[in-house]
Amino acid sequence: MDKPIFQVKGVDVFYGDNHAIKSVNLDIARNEVISLIGPSGCGKSTFIRCLNRMNDTIESARISGEVLLEGEDIYSKEMDVVMLRARVGMVFQKPNPFPKSIYDNVAYGPRIHGLVDTRSDLDDIVKESLQKAGLWEEVKDRLTAIGTSLSGGQQQRLCIARTIAVGPEVILMDEPCSALDPIATAKIEDLIDELREKYAIVIVTHSMQQAARVSQRTAYFHLGEIIEVGDTDQIFTNPKERLTEDYITGRFG
Amino acid sequence: MSRDLKTLVSQGLKSRYRNERIMRSLGVTALLFASGFLLLILSIIFSQGYRAFTQTYIEIPIELSTADIEDISSINFQNKIRDGLRELFPELQARAELADLFRLASRGASIDLERDISSETPPGTINFIALASSDVDMVNKGYFVDSESPRGRLSEQQYEYFQSLTDRNLISRQINTNLFLKGDSSYPEMAGVMGAIMGSVFVLGITLFLSFPIGAATAIYLEEFAPKNRFTDFIEVNINNLAAVPSVIFGLLGLAMFINFFGFPRSAPIVGGFVLTLMTLPIVIIASRAAITSVPPSIKEAALGLGASKLKMVVDHVIPLALPGMLTGTIIGMARALGESAPLLMIGMVAFITEIPQTIFSPSTTLPIQIFLWADSPDRGFSERTSAAIIILLVFLILMNLIAVILRKKFEKKW
Repeated sequence: MDKPIFQVKGVDVFYGDNHAIKSVNLDIARNEVISLIGPSGCGKSTFIRCLNRMNDTIESARISGEVLLEGEDIYSKEMDVVMLRARVGMVFQKPNPFPKSIYDNVAYGPRIHGLVDTRSDLDDIVKESLQKAGLWEEVKDRLTAIGTSLSGGQQQRLCIARTIAVGPEVILMDEPCSALDPIATAKIEDLIDELREKYAIVIVTHSMQQAARVSQRTAYFHLGEIIEVGDTDQIFTNPKERLTEDYITGRFG
Repeated sequence: MSRDLKTLVSQGLKSRYRNERIMRSLGVTALLFASGFLLLILSIIFSQGYRAFTQTYIEIPIELSTADIEDISSINFQNKIRDGLRELFPELQARAELADLFRLASRGASIDLERDISSETPPGTINFIALASSDVDMVNKGYFVDSESPRGRLSEQQYEYFQSLTDRNLISRQINTNLFLKGDSSYPEMAGVMGAIMGSVFVLGITLFLSFPIGAATAIYLEEFAPKNRFTDFIEVNINNLAAVPSVIFGLLGLAMFINFFGFPRSAPIVGGFVLTLMTLPIVIIASRAAITSVPPSIKEAALGLGASKLKMVVDHVIPLALPGMLTGTIIGMARALGESAPLLMIGMVAFITEIPQTIFSPSTTLPIQIFLWADSPDRGFSERTSAAIIILLVFLILMNLIAVILRKKFEKKW
């Protein structure tokens, strides 16, 4: 691919003595949705958290190797982690809106990064983000309601709106639909498809069907290593590696 | 097979339910025991103290001439009261008898009279309600009714005068405002808790002002910013231990450090405040840490994930959510500090002080110490006041704990 937005080269992650990620290489293209699939505990979440340095918050985590965002190593001393996380947003597995109003939830990112000067500009960003997240119609009359009063699916869309309000280049999603019902899941999958126009999306998922539906490329993780990466169609219909095939066909995992 | 299950279970059911009943009745018994004792204590204190909330007064005719009104500053109010008493008992002439009579009125009566008279008062006779002495008060409240000498500390003659006044309906009981408004005094009928309350207010004010910010900041730093290593573990163990140190030791520390080394004034609320701050800090820190750790990590991760710096995350999300718990812990620490006397005794807040303190540097005492001083007094009048002061202290303590409970309920579970 030309000009990938993320280049991961030879990354190892240790949690204390536990070798969680083993020498992983992966390129991520702009405007693509790439799924990370694999059995539980194989390192998908750990890997994705390397991309925005959320593993820094874990005391025992040690990372080696290179992670390049637009050619810059995000683990170098020159890279400001606050700036990194503005450019690489994250949506978590369990929806975690702030216990503040819906408006303040979405406005939080733009506010702390100083993205707007006037209140009306902020209003515009909030409205746009909620529209893109497919939540505007449902909450436009109650922007002052507290974020946690929404349903699970709405809360997750609020978290997505909150993330895109900052205008990142990449959105990381760690099993975003695992806590949601099928209808909410479908809405978010549609949303991911629309977001692809503007953002690169890396999505960790347990559901192979979901990976098949939303992503263009898929990477299969197994015990901390990437076994195979390729076009989603090819991975699911004609996997090259034995381990991949076993997982796809349900022999384990 | 199902028949086996039924028989087996039914065999044990009877004793299982019986055990449950026994446990429940034990629990109820314990509860009744505890509340019974509580009620007993409260009713004893109340029964011993409620009479202090009223005080005996004597109605005395006071004559004010026009000349008096024109030149109030020249009036000898003590004499006015004596003249009034003389009028009530015109038959008394002997000096000893009159001296006895005059002692029925309290010294505070003349102070009240002076307060009541202004240039607006019309000349003539006014029926002044004069504060009676403590000895009269004790007899009037019936403390000696069942004892061998029903006249208490009054002499035989004084007792006759008292009965005569009672027959003439000149003895009454009014609300004891002195108890609430005045400072300490050697005369029980003039003694009040206001000096002690102001002392307590000053001391607690300083304690709150110092222990809440310092304690909260320490807790935030230890929980959110400090590295997790042996040194910070050591600090945590020490803080937990400090919370259990006997309070009198903090008093010794205050004496050595603040008064002897730094030269602060003895008996002043500022030193009391510093000492109680040291004592309350561990409690505030421990409660604040608990409040901070109860903030869901998911919210903190969300903030960090959006690109908030650590400090911003703590200020925007951790502090607002932990604040109710921090405040509750602080109020509970304050309530404990309000009732402390040992450390304050060590720094000298135990002197006999009659003026109500004006600043945090004025010598003063606190409410628990005032209770202790009054309890020590042999004067009968002070024993009912001791119980009354205890009631007042309990009311403040209940109020503070009530505020803590309300705060906790109000901010519970916002997420």
